[in-house]
Amino acid sequence: MLRFILGRIAILIPTFVGVALIAFSFIRLLPGDPVMLMSGERVMSEEKHAQIMHDLGYDKPIALQFVDYLDKIVHGDLGRSVVTKKPVLDDFRALFPATLELSICAIILAVLLGIPAGVIAAVKRGSWLDQTLMGAALVGYSMPIFWWGLLLIIFFSGYLGWTPVSGRISLMYFFKPVTGFMLIDSLLSGQKGAFSSALSHLILPTIVLATIPLAVIARQTRSAMLEVLGEDYVRTARSKGLSPFRVVGFHALRNALIPVVTTIGLQVGVLLAGAILTETIFSWPGIGKWMVDAVFKRDYPVVQGGLLLIAAIIMIVNLIVDVTYGFINPRIRK
Amino acid sequence: MKKLALLLAASALASAFATSAWSKTLVYCSEASPEGFDPAIYTAGTSFDASSRTVYNRLVEFKHGSTETEPGLAESYTISPDGTVYTFKLRKGVKFQKTDFFTPTRDLTADDVIFSFERQLKADNPWNKYVAGASYEYADGMGFPKLIKSIEKVDDLTVKFTLNKPEAPFLADLAMDFASIVSKEYADKLAADNNMVQMNQKPLGTGPFTFVGYQQDAVIRYQANPDYWGPKQKIDDLVFAITPDASVRAQKLKAGECHIASYPNAADVAGLKADANLKVDEKPGLNIAYLAYNTMQAPFDKPDVRRALNMAINKKAIVEAVFQGAGQVAKNPIPPTMWSYNDKVEDDKYDPAAAKAALEKAGVKDLSMKIWAMPVSRPYMLNARRAAELMQADFAKVGVKVEIVTYEWAEYLKLSKAKDRDGAAMLGWTGDNGDPDNFLDTLLGCDAVGGNNRAQWCNKDFDALVKKAKVTSDQAERAKLYEEAQVVFKKEAPWATLDHSLEIMPMSKKVSNYYMDPVGVHRFNDVDIAE
Repeated sequence: MLRFILGRIAILIPTFVGVALIAFSFIRLLPGDPVMLMSGERVMSEEKHAQIMHDLGYDKPIALQFVDYLDKIVHGDLGRSVVTKKPVLDDFRALFPATLELSICAIILAVLLGIPAGVIAAVKRGSWLDQTLMGAALVGYSMPIFWWGLLLIIFFSGYLGWTPVSGRISLMYFFKPVTGFMLIDSLLSGQKGAFSSALSHLILPTIVLATIPLAVIARQTRSAMLEVLGEDYVRTARSKGLSPFRVVGFHALRNALIPVVTTIGLQVGVLLAGAILTETIFSWPGIGKWMVDAVFKRDYPVVQGGLLLIAAIIMIVNLIVDVTYGFINPRIRK
Repeated sequence: MKKLALLLAASALASAFATSAWSKTLVYCSEASPEGFDPAIYTAGTSFDASSRTVYNRLVEFKHGSTETEPGLAESYTISPDGTVYTFKLRKGVKFQKTDFFTPTRDLTADDVIFSFERQLKADNPWNKYVAGASYEYADGMGFPKLIKSIEKVDDLTVKFTLNKPEAPFLADLAMDFASIVSKEYADKLAADNNMVQMNQKPLGTGPFTFVGYQQDAVIRYQANPDYWGPKQKIDDLVFAITPDASVRAQKLKAGECHIASYPNAADVAGLKADANLKVDEKPGLNIAYLAYNTMQAPFDKPDVRRALNMAINKKAIVEAVFQGAGQVAKNPIPPTMWSYNDKVEDDKYDPAAAKAALEKAGVKDLSMKIWAMPVSRPYMLNARRAAELMQADFAKVGVKVEIVTYEWAEYLKLSKAKDRDGAAMLGWTGDNGDPDNFLDTLLGCDAVGGNNRAQWCNKDFDALVKKAKVTSDQAERAKLYEEAQVVFKKEAPWATLDHSLEIMPMSKKVSNYYMDPVGVHRFNDVDIAE
């Protein structure tokens, strides 16, 4: 088992260097540079431009810049943002919990609604219920997130006044973040009403971010269930006289869940992509918007560092999943 | 469902509590996060709103809602007869803000003023490179390193600026954001703690609001400065709720989550005006959008050809299509709200037939050209692509084929400067200090060719007029020179002047005393809200 784990970790190292190289080259392939973009319409002299590029170390040969960059990463230094002049790691630490909190809520909502919807649609295959649920899933999957978010804001916040328009918590609450997770921090603050304010601010962004994963999970569950429901062991279970609930809930669903769990895992990427738009609409201070802004401003250290950290998190999650599979299924270890 | 209803009820209760237990707080929905809090190293209005216009003051200030200057930290000043020595008398007893990160022990002195400028001007000042890649764009752009010979302390409350040559816009330059006065005592403490970067994260000045905290990409908080040297603020707290999407800002305003919101979508303005709880202020922006011909290339090197093309453009249709009414056609290279604007200049009449005839007369046949359209929306031109398409159709009517080209923004800015640029480039400008020099010499002067002068146009008569105005101290005389320069400009037509946009500021009817600033920054001192 130890050998298996070490083997997995060994694969991570070249992957990590590869990601670092991609992150490094990706932003440099785009035309323009951060210094030019900061001056905007105001023309900066060539000498001044060259001077600042030199100060930032961007005049060195690319290969040397990459080696410097790797050297710094090894020492835990991801550099400072060219724009805000703050350490990339500090910004990431401050912003990542907001994205993570929203993503966790979204995936929970997607699973809680998506799996039952898929099961019901499969059991009632061909009925109006099946068609309605799958029709809704298709609409959800095709919905442009930006438009969907605004629609919800206009209806629930503007027209009905039930939910706040945007932000993470009402501006009246002001406390230092402890964990960065607003639900937890609001509880820790002990301020009256803070938790419910944080929760109410989560409702709309969670719905918007969960929409696509929910649709995918529902459709995947339905097709996996349909496959399983036709299996011999389900027929046997039925013929034994088990209740339909037991047949579907225990015998069929348990087996159908394997591909569904894989699908849920794949939604992590979808969530991060969706977070970019969701965070912009709901003024949610997370890493999605932070990264997009950095790309627009050619903030090299932020784009490089941000991509690397996100990739590292995904790699670690994958490693944990692999190792878990190894524990569950000894055949994988071989 | 019941639980959801309960949750919603709880959140409604929480927001009711929010309004009742809150001190007098003004919430401003701002459009983006500030890049930082040191106004000397940035050029974006968003960063100025969050730092220089709240936390800091300058020696002279723009009057609220105007580009006229008035005394700021300097209660008075004298200018030597030759216009090269400016002596400022500072106000006595001006206090720097007390915050939880620094407690000042002394009042404002000439040392603070000298430090505030020298850190920007002297490369050997330890603060000049206190963050990697620090660049003092505005100090450089206004020519300060070459212009200022020395800054001397006469006594604690008197400071003397000696210039290498007379410079009429100098006072207006000093009212700009980059010229904000920072505390030397605070800077010394940060340097001693080896924590200089904090200057850009936790600002401390003499302004109407004290910085309390910034939660990245979400909220900036300020409190009214109790020791402010000017009038006491009418609000207790000021909050910037960073809301990047314009439609969401409009919704927040309607829902009462903010009192003032910046930069609304043109499409949302009618809805905001219709809301009984809101009012919408409008003011002509201090800006211009233009199409700059490359006057170094045939046939655009001939003024007749350029004027003929200008006659072919239906500018009114562009303003309607792009701004939906929130803009006006431009005829001069400076906006109408700026002093010295020459209203007597007649605009080229939209007349396709006359344009066609003029082109034929100039010997231009089967002309094909490129129009460069910016890839981004700017306050002076919300949709350059749409404007370019309209001009393409207009030019087709006079037999000129147009190919629209665009580049990624950074590339666009770089390539459009080139002297051998192929085609006419759309671009624009927002004034920095309300001085005509900041448009006429900066954008059209001979020394800006290959740089800000995108028309690559160097006209001796025009250049002589604007250069003379720059060293003339009498404003009436300067105005005459600029008026004359505008006549030369119109005759020579290096640009097709397209539009000046309107600045629009929607706000709650509870807000009073908010004045829109022509230079595009947002100031909240003296603003009040009804409870």
